[in-house]
Amino acid sequence: MEKRVLVIEDEPNISEALRFILTRNGWQVEVSADGQAALGRLQNDPPDLLILDLMLPGITGFDILRSLRSQSLTRDLPVLMLTAKGQAADRVEAERLGVTRFMTKPFANAEVLAAVHAMARA
Amino acid sequence: MSRPTLTGTRIRARRNLRGLRQADLARQVGVSPSFLNLIEHNRRKVSAPLLEALAQVLGVSADALVEDTDGRLVEGARAAALRSEADLVDLERIDEFTGRFPGWASVLAETQARVERLERVVEQLNDRMTHDPYMGEALHEIISAVTSVQSTASILSEAGEIDPVWQARFHDNILQDSTRLAEGAVALVNYLDAEKSDETGLAAPQEEVEAWLGRQGFHLTEIEQDGVDPEDMVRGQVELASDASRVLAQQWIATFADDARALPLVPFADALARTGLAPQTLAAQFGVPFDQVLRRLALLPPEAVAQAKLPPMGLVICDNSGTMIFRRAVEGFAMPRFGGGCPLWPLYQVLQRPYVPMRQVLMTAGRLGRRYLSYAYAAQATLPGYDMPVVMRATMLITAGSGAEDGVPLAIGASCRTCAQLDCAARREPSILTAGG
Repeated sequence: MEKRVLVIEDEPNISEALRFILTRNGWQVEVSADGQAALGRLQNDPPDLLILDLMLPGITGFDILRSLRSQSLTRDLPVLMLTAKGQAADRVEAERLGVTRFMTKPFANAEVLAAVHAMARA
Repeated sequence: MSRPTLTGTRIRARRNLRGLRQADLARQVGVSPSFLNLIEHNRRKVSAPLLEALAQVLGVSADALVEDTDGRLVEGARAAALRSEADLVDLERIDEFTGRFPGWASVLAETQARVERLERVVEQLNDRMTHDPYMGEALHEIISAVTSVQSTASILSEAGEIDPVWQARFHDNILQDSTRLAEGAVALVNYLDAEKSDETGLAAPQEEVEAWLGRQGFHLTEIEQDGVDPEDMVRGQVELASDASRVLAQQWIATFADDARALPLVPFADALARTGLAPQTLAAQFGVPFDQVLRRLALLPPEAVAQAKLPPMGLVICDNSGTMIFRRAVEGFAMPRFGGGCPLWPLYQVLQRPYVPMRQVLMTAGRLGRRYLSYAYAAQATLPGYDMPVVMRATMLITAGSGAEDGVPLAIGASCRTCAQLDCAARREPSILTAGG
């Protein structure tokens, strides 16, 4: 059965590119630009992996990650956090909140795929 | 301050420079660590034999510990050496270096201090960039667009068949993102250029007036009534921080009030709704100069503009030196805050043909050019007099709709710095959009 990945990203062209490369690599991809709505879905029916943008309208990637880690169903969900903010403080905060991988934009597609495969295997 | 006071401090500094623990130094010179601690804190005098012993272990002359000579130099030179990637074998000989070449050591220490000062400035600027909301947002936009372009272009460049539907979609996405990228970069350059002047802490009076008008949507309700009191209107306005800006604002209020009297709101708005954007017809109908109609149009209440089904209108006024003295920007048509605009603008062309109205469709240079319709007019601003210098005012109205699609457009830019038309005869300086710019 295909593994499911949810992409929470408010930039439609970035999520479209991610959807394409992940689908081509055998993932079943869902995309959401609304972090708050996605959080509800995640807590009821978590995917196998989450790709999460840090800066989202209304709610930050940190808020989502914090909420996920506080729920038993999503405590161990692999999360790849993407951010256009490359500050060390953000990485430290993401790690403190329990991110699995942290990647700064712009990223190479191969880099994302390699991270996703490594996280799915772990 | 007595010499022993400084000696203890210097011994401590030297020991720290050599990375020695207090207890180790004490043991090597045959005193207890607590006694050395008292010496280092200038609470005990140090005897001559002990000073010699300390100097020997610390690798300096006894004089260097007593005299206030090269401690600063040694520290500066050492700091510079530690930060370089060079072989640090010679670091052991730093005292010899500062002793033999105090001039060079001084240069090194000063350079190091300057580097540290500059690093602090960089940190502050970095901090400002991080916390400046506009800058943060602009950079976020640019990085997001770059990410999308990189990721999408990478998919398209890979070998293998891509479904034509996806291919078309990705091409479209790249086009969208490159537009965002170009606009974001130009906006950022304009912002940074503007910031340079703000570092003086003084906004130009004209900018204060524009900010004040901008907050009111470039419409002053008061001018539509009789008995306008410009002095009262500018009192207590937060944007008008300087006396100069308040004086300037009062002058503009007087001009706009004259315009409103010559072109009263209700009949003018009705005429505009009937004729559409036809400044010449309106000028003839109301018997006023062409540029007065242009100013009135640009400062109409938004309801009147909407009633006439017209898009927002921008306005720029310059004197005959080419200096812009009034700007109301219109979306996508950048007006530089410093230096002149594009010499091809009708604003400047009409200075060659005063009193002749000009209508010109414009297109901003570059692959992503936008079309605008412009009306321009120049007239003498001062009363004529024998052998008196002539002061002119040129006025240009710009709008993105209503007729902008008709006719052959003239390619123009905002300023040479951000213009994509590289082979332009009017170019004053290279564009930042070229590699060498």
